[in-house]
Amino acid sequence: MRPAVLAAWLLAGSVGMVLARERPPPGASSCAGCHAEGAAMGAIDGRPEAEIAAALAQYRSGVRPASVMSRIARGFSEEESRAIAAYLSRQRPAAPETSQERP
Amino acid sequence: MSRTRRAFLATGAAFALGRPALAQAAAKVVVIGGGFGGATAARALHGGGLDVTLVEVNSTYVSCPFSNEVIAGLQPMAAQRFGYEGLARAGIRIVHAAATGIDADARRVTLADGTARTYDRLVLSPGIDLRFDAIPGYDAAAAERMPHAWKAGEQTLLLARQLAAMPEGGTVVLAVPGNPYRCPPGPYERASLIAHVLKTTKPRAKLILLDAKDTFSKQRLFQSGWKALYPTQLEYVPLAEGGQVTAVDPDAMIVRTDFSDYKADVACIIPPQRAGRIAAVAGVADRSGWCPIDPVTFESRLVPGIHVIGDAAIAGAMPKSAFSANAQAKVCADAVIDLLAGRAPETPKLINTCYSLVAPGYGISIAGVYHPAGGVLADVEGAGGISPVDASMALREQEALHAADWYRTITRQVFG
Repeated sequence: MRPAVLAAWLLAGSVGMVLARERPPPGASSCAGCHAEGAAMGAIDGRPEAEIAAALAQYRSGVRPASVMSRIARGFSEEESRAIAAYLSRQRPAAPETSQERP
Repeated sequence: MSRTRRAFLATGAAFALGRPALAQAAAKVVVIGGGFGGATAARALHGGGLDVTLVEVNSTYVSCPFSNEVIAGLQPMAAQRFGYEGLARAGIRIVHAAATGIDADARRVTLADGTARTYDRLVLSPGIDLRFDAIPGYDAAAAERMPHAWKAGEQTLLLARQLAAMPEGGTVVLAVPGNPYRCPPGPYERASLIAHVLKTTKPRAKLILLDAKDTFSKQRLFQSGWKALYPTQLEYVPLAEGGQVTAVDPDAMIVRTDFSDYKADVACIIPPQRAGRIAAVAGVADRSGWCPIDPVTFESRLVPGIHVIGDAAIAGAMPKSAFSANAQAKVCADAVIDLLAGRAPETPKLINTCYSLVAPGYGISIAGVYHPAGGVLADVEGAGGISPVDASMALREQEALHAADWYRTITRQVFG
């Protein structure tokens, strides 16, 4: 980190608050638009890193059939895909909906 | 991974835990517009520890995605309505008032109730305004006879009622504007679902689709679906064949082009659009009516300190969709957090996916991946595209299911 940026960061005291939330790598914040518990696309938060990385690699190469994921996965390099997989694996799965609570 | 990010990850957590006593009052961000973009931005900024105020004039949001299904009687209007209780429960301050003025130098927003809010950064997600100066004869009064239904709500219900009441053998005229406009495939989904209604309830009736352009989103998929499903119901008239509407006469229910006058029983006129009015008030809209932005931060190219997301922004190759607005809001929120902290935001990548129905149970999609290139958000080469043109009906059914699940997921994420 450049000294000037670091200095500005250290001066901004309120910034400490924001660091509790891990920053998604490029592209990863878009995933939640579709992927969720109960949806056909399935939740991916908290799934094993290796599983997500393998799925992305297979979508990218076309080995694994898909509707939109093959088109999306081709937009990310191997390294970017691995970063996304690692990030998603560290996310906590969403709690089940209260409306679906069992009696 | 950038140098900045590596350092951030390495030192961030320890720093955060070690310095709580130094925490000052959180920086203030005002978000104007509580649609898919603004509501998402408010959540993300709030989650990032900022002092967020969401300014939204309406107490209920009415979703445009899936409103074509309401028009066709396939979905109840109630499924389009969302309150702001979910955002309030998340701890976001919501002010239901119209923003009437923005002083970018003083960093202050004035509201219709006379109060003002200062901000360190402002996020505008104002959606669109319909241009009632673009088609001669088509003004706000004409829209009561010839609904646009391009902002969901009463207009959606009006068009649905008109279609249901139309006599058998009647003619529906649907007019589509040139680019850019909200939801590029939306007019063609609407045409498809209206044709479905005609086919199933008034088989001698007809839809004439007048288009101010010759090419459109998911064109091959729509046109192959129309040929198979609606050969006698749907007539497509592109620009080259006189599809551009030059005037309307709402009293006589006539839609004029340079080539013909069309007498309509039901006329849906989707006029050209511009960024929602507050964008012009803020000075962030250019002569096109839309808002040029930096593709990394979504900060206005015209006014510093103001970010623009969603339909109002000129987002390069990214279409004006709810999915785009949601994705942009998260990237913009992270950039705002970084800028307020004196850090350089990381170069983002964004995704868009849009589903359309050609008929119930017959879904098609377009997807794209975008990155900043040459000062705009450009397509990532080799990625994205439409569903296969020769796909099986099983895939069409699956994509229709995905469309419904996407809607449920995104609305729950944004408003739930």
